[in-house]
Amino acid sequence: MDDPRTWCGKGRVVAKRLSVVDVDRCVGCQACMFACVRRLGQGGLRGSRIRVASAGGMRKGFVVIVCRACPDPPCAHVCPEDALVRREGGGVRLKSERCIGCGNCVRACPFGAIEWDDEQEKPLICVYCGYCAEYCPYEVIELEEIGPSKDDAAEAGITLGDPRFRGDDGK
Amino acid sequence: MLEGDPLSRILFIDLARRSHWVETRPELFEEALGGAGIGIRLLEEECPQGADPLGPENPIIFSVGPLVGLFPVASKTVAMFKSPHNGELGESHAGGRSAVAIRMAGYGAIVIRGASTKPVYLVIEGDKVRFRDASALWGMRSGYTAGTVLRRREKGSGMRTIMRIGRAGEQQVSYACVITETYRHFGRLGLGAVFGSKQLKAIVISGKRNLPVSDRKAYRDAYDAIFQAATESELMKKYHQLGTPMNVLPLNTMGALPTRNLQSARFEGAEEISGERLAADYLGRRVACTHCPVACIHLAALRIPYPHDPYFYKTLMLGYDHELIYATGSMLGLTDVPGMLRLLDEIEIQGLDAMSTGVVLAWATEAMQRGLVTMAETAGLPLAFGDADAYIEAARRIVLQPTEFYRALARGVEYASSVYGGADFALAFGGNEMPGYHTGPACHLGYLTGARHSHLDSAGYGLDQGAVKKGEPLAPEKVAEALIAEERWRQVLASLVVCFFARGVYDPETVRKALAIAGMEWTRADLEDLGRKTLRRKYAFKGREGFDLEKVRIPARIMQTPSPAGPFDEKFLREAIRRYGELV
Repeated sequence: MDDPRTWCGKGRVVAKRLSVVDVDRCVGCQACMFACVRRLGQGGLRGSRIRVASAGGMRKGFVVIVCRACPDPPCAHVCPEDALVRREGGGVRLKSERCIGCGNCVRACPFGAIEWDDEQEKPLICVYCGYCAEYCPYEVIELEEIGPSKDDAAEAGITLGDPRFRGDDGK
Repeated sequence: MLEGDPLSRILFIDLARRSHWVETRPELFEEALGGAGIGIRLLEEECPQGADPLGPENPIIFSVGPLVGLFPVASKTVAMFKSPHNGELGESHAGGRSAVAIRMAGYGAIVIRGASTKPVYLVIEGDKVRFRDASALWGMRSGYTAGTVLRRREKGSGMRTIMRIGRAGEQQVSYACVITETYRHFGRLGLGAVFGSKQLKAIVISGKRNLPVSDRKAYRDAYDAIFQAATESELMKKYHQLGTPMNVLPLNTMGALPTRNLQSARFEGAEEISGERLAADYLGRRVACTHCPVACIHLAALRIPYPHDPYFYKTLMLGYDHELIYATGSMLGLTDVPGMLRLLDEIEIQGLDAMSTGVVLAWATEAMQRGLVTMAETAGLPLAFGDADAYIEAARRIVLQPTEFYRALARGVEYASSVYGGADFALAFGGNEMPGYHTGPACHLGYLTGARHSHLDSAGYGLDQGAVKKGEPLAPEKVAEALIAEERWRQVLASLVVCFFARGVYDPETVRKALAIAGMEWTRADLEDLGRKTLRRKYAFKGREGFDLEKVRIPARIMQTPSPAGPFDEKFLREAIRRYGELV
């Protein structure tokens, strides 16, 4: 799982991302958050790239906040040092050595999906590995393959409605 | 314990001086793990003999354990205090986000001393502790609203616990509870009243950190085994699906469902209030405690029309489980589910313990039927089995206490029956109101002998049911021995703060392996020794504060109403109690 990319089709990179399939099934156990931290061999919750919180009290259910691997990520737009490198297919990778810890990316993400590492003074960026989804007992989240971008799709002859097409499904 | 694990840090808070400090006590946690093991030791240190449970000298102790934040279903916080309800050991457990929040804030335990001179709430964010004015929150009609205000005002959404009391706690009803995350409670034995006596409205706790492990690969392997057992095995299936209300129908069929103040153990309306019916007609959502994939918390969605406003509705989301269905359903003769849920809503709004409230209302109804109390005492409120609206009003009055009678009800059935009579049908054990099983002598012996006088102490109902199944009569000594063996092992689980629902997952070998990951080398014999010692310490505290097992009151009603395990008498119970006393 070290390399989140897989190769398919005509040698095209198809990336993966986490998808919140059905937030109404979320019970708020936060097993995903613990998984994100445990992936690196530790317990606790600091450093989790995914977050579950109540939607305004437990009576109202939960929200799951995780990077949705935007095809044109606003976090990358505002990075003054190009530390957030666009990933083909969507989303970003953090070039940690370039990051100056300005926090612009955190503010730019409309979903609030970028957590801040107070110790390193750097953003916590999802690596789209899907480890968290393996621990969701209720199929709230899953690792999903994302198709090529719109332009790439057109070039490859993939049309709207093709499941490989990275549409705006609102998830 | 591993380097960098903050478990041994104990946060002390003095409400009178508005000061706080941290003491590091690794030897304590190495000796007693956490939870109940630590809690009883700190209670011995902190609570002076003969302390007034509602005085500043009564401490509140919260403790968690080494597996919290590392492994699933280690999700409970143990609260210890001297109980204002029965005057001896106050111990109550709750889940929600409480345990993980305390551990992530960097503590193994929190000790609260003294009393504030004005309403206050505490905010604990890692090392920061703030005392905030709660004057404006004090006296709010609904406990829900106080939770909403704090949620909006304080940080840490998703990472925090918000423990709070309702008006019952402020008014020091001796069985007021502390509510956490809306649906979990430090329900029993009156922690809410202790909060109220200190003018402590709420505690918000949050933090973020990592916890070290002894071996990363072994950690992931051990985790996966426990996670799989908790999610996929048969062991926890009942909690996944219908939840504990799956018990309602089987208990009723065998004649073990306490009904109308245990005048009967079969309820003609059991079908209506069964787990099956509630799931089919009302189940609206399931919720989990932090780090528990089981999600046993079942919420009923109840749509209520406004009587004078057509096309105007509200929808309540109310937690339900077996004990609540028993206490506010069969015990009160309620077959009307909306009525039962509205009563539960009122109990939540007020911040009362639902189990004690149900039993108190059941006793009051029978006392009224028998003419021990009249409309003069109830201030014109006729109590009758099956009348939900009367019970909703009575629950309010227990908190507002307009008459001497309601003041007595606010202290539980043990006290109320000492004033008005009717002790024979006052269903309390060691001063704590009865849980929802009348399976035979063993369940009652569990309530009588358990350190918390709770159905969770030693699960005596399992022994009764086993005897029925095998067709073998129970022997007092054997029952005592089985109860104490169970209660001792549960001290270990309560020290690890593993939810008792996961007792089948956390067998001794699993516990040993999990502890090794946390850098604590314990053998099975060490664990068993801790269980024995912890129970003995609890009993020493109970004795110190005046509890005498030999003199515990046995309500005659439990021997009069037939149970599945057959008839039993006081002699049987006393023999078992004596044996239990010897074994402690």
